[in-house]
Amino acid sequence: MDQTLLTTLIVNGSAVTRRVPARQHLSDFLRDELGLTGSHTACEHGACGACTVRVDGAIVRGCLMLAVQANGRRVDTIEGLSDSGELADLQAAFHRRNALQCGFCTPGMLMAAQDLVTTRPEATREEIREHLSGNLCRCTGYQAIVDAIDDVLAQRRGAKT
Amino acid sequence: MKAASFSYVKPAALNEVFDLLARHGDRARVLAGGQSLLASLNLRLSAPELLIDITGVPGLAGITVSGGTVRIGALTTHRQIERSPEVARHLPLLAQAVRHVAHVAIRNVGTFGGSVALADPAAEYPACAVALDAILVLAGRGAERRVRAREFFRGLYDTALQPGELVIAGEFPVSGEAYRSAFLELARRRGDYAIVGIAAHARLAAGRISDARLAFLGAASKPVLALRAAALLEGRPLDAQAIAAAQATLEDDLELPADLYSSRATKLQLARVLLGRALGALNG
Repeated sequence: MDQTLLTTLIVNGSAVTRRVPARQHLSDFLRDELGLTGSHTACEHGACGACTVRVDGAIVRGCLMLAVQANGRRVDTIEGLSDSGELADLQAAFHRRNALQCGFCTPGMLMAAQDLVTTRPEATREEIREHLSGNLCRCTGYQAIVDAIDDVLAQRRGAKT
Repeated sequence: MKAASFSYVKPAALNEVFDLLARHGDRARVLAGGQSLLASLNLRLSAPELLIDITGVPGLAGITVSGGTVRIGALTTHRQIERSPEVARHLPLLAQAVRHVAHVAIRNVGTFGGSVALADPAAEYPACAVALDAILVLAGRGAERRVRAREFFRGLYDTALQPGELVIAGEFPVSGEAYRSAFLELARRRGDYAIVGIAAHARLAAGRISDARLAFLGAASKPVLALRAAALLEGRPLDAQAIAAAQATLEDDLELPADLYSSRATKLQLARVLLGRALGALNG
């Protein structure tokens, strides 16, 4: 039988405590236990980036972290970032630039994009591509995604001056 | 896929880790960042009964410089190495290499010690450690020992680690002013494991190259120094002729086993191209 451990984490600002099977990864915990199905699971070995979430402010692969490893930590998902309005300009730019088609990769793309625009506001197109190299999209060919992020970088730089 | 069932424990001291390893032997695996281990568990390539999470053990993370040595603690993340001014200043080879380690979301979690202990032949740090003649600090119950990286890596996922031992740090010698570094790799996608890569470190003075350490990754079952190429370059002006001669001798230096995607001939060609670019970068 699975060993379970009492695990407490702050998910999108709210404390959550559950008994969690040791082997359950963070993405399954968020999706199956908390109903936060915005983080997607596809490859489940760290190649595709669809499960990207933030733990203590840094983006990570939800499929490569056990839920019990997140004990005592702050987890932010696409739902939290979307509800708070933190992603509003990125979401609008993705819409405007047609930067999604099926949308499966989009939550992970937005999490990675937000990490870039907050940590590297001067990023070039080449650096955008480098930063997104861990997120696969099978629809768009990436060009429109890079365009959308490039727009937001320019907007946020403009808003500051 | 999902990992098979296992138990999880997060000890707060190194002695507890050693006790657990002694009790559970090879039924237990050590979990640091888990960026390779959890992937292999999800794929059911491995099914340990117990994961020992060592990230609660104090004192194993961080970068310190003293007496001509940069010490990198096992739990230091790739991201910390990437952002470290000490690494940028004293270990430019490692600073270049870390940007090739997977992707940001993985670099935020994966650790130096985890990468070294796994010993993937296409990984970046092992080749850098071999090129820079680093020392790996291994700890077991009641004993610590230091092993040269050149002796630590023994083969495919095979190292000098004994049962019950952990990598706790790497110690890199700071090289002199005249030394230059170049790290290059070719991968199908940025952040993927390299098809072939090179960690090059050499002294350049008055236009001549000496003490060249040309460590290749992805070229054998472990990181390997191109010794013939280095010997051929010793003391020569680093001109087109010298570079071509070094490239020509790589065939004898490197094993270059074919993999699913690349034949030996392809890998040899890529290795030669990378050597040329790396030597050019050292000269630039």
